[in-house]
Amino acid sequence: MNWLLVFTGGMVGAVARYLTDRAVGARRGTAFPWGMFTVNVTGCALAGVLTGAVVADAAPDGVRLFLGTGLCGALTTYSTFSWETLRLAESGARRLAAANALGGVAAGLAATYAGVALAGTVWG
Amino acid sequence: MSVPDPAPVPRTRRPLPGHGHAAVPVLAAVALGGGLGSAARYAALRVWPVPAHAFPWTTFAVNVSGCALIGVLLVTLTEGRRPAHPLTRPFLGTGVLGGFTTFSTCAQETERLLSAGRPAPALAYAAATLAAALSAVWLAATATRRLSARPPGVIRR
Repeated sequence: MNWLLVFTGGMVGAVARYLTDRAVGARRGTAFPWGMFTVNVTGCALAGVLTGAVVADAAPDGVRLFLGTGLCGALTTYSTFSWETLRLAESGARRLAAANALGGVAAGLAATYAGVALAGTVWG
Repeated sequence: MSVPDPAPVPRTRRPLPGHGHAAVPVLAAVALGGGLGSAARYAALRVWPVPAHAFPWTTFAVNVSGCALIGVLLVTLTEGRRPAHPLTRPFLGTGVLGGFTTFSTCAQETERLLSAGRPAPALAYAAATLAAALSAVWLAATATRRLSARPPGVIRR
């Protein structure tokens, strides 16, 4: 059952990432990878809410596995994030590459904290 | 007397501006790959569980190895001589490796270490993951380019 929850959560997360990346990428049309930035920050915020819910004992194991390990885990990604940073650096856009790498990590952490704080006000 | 037929109704729906419809086989490949990648990450966390306030080595290893693999995969697919099957990148890149590696778990673990009053390992973890992931994708991409740059038939020992 645990495996099924992680697997189905991962399916939903990966498809959501793919569709969001396409939609955001098509609208922005800039060199900066806004699509992956958006999914990573959104996924971190969701994961933060879940962390807060787990701390408050409001999220059972099944929810944690489906939403946290599966959905948020697959919605967000480190591999495409690294690849896009490398592509920016190789194309000569070193500042954008650094902004993507450092900004992505900082924004992801900030979003996680915001999610935890939000969960604290809901379940605290 | 026959009434002229009305103008034929277009059979295909007009795509949204800027992007066409996502094809069903592509979505299926992404979904299946994402499920498998996530399950592989879950398996790694079950085989190598990390205590709550220890350095999260398992997620670190998952992310760094996934970044090395995507370097090999995407250089092969985008710069390789032979065209690959069109579903290879959605399945292996977006799906399996995208689902295997994770940004949210890394952020959650950093937050957990910070909340536990351990700022030094927390920042070391976030910085080491970023540095190792970028090094891994760069080294893997460079190595793959070097190996595939050799003309065929020269590799003889």
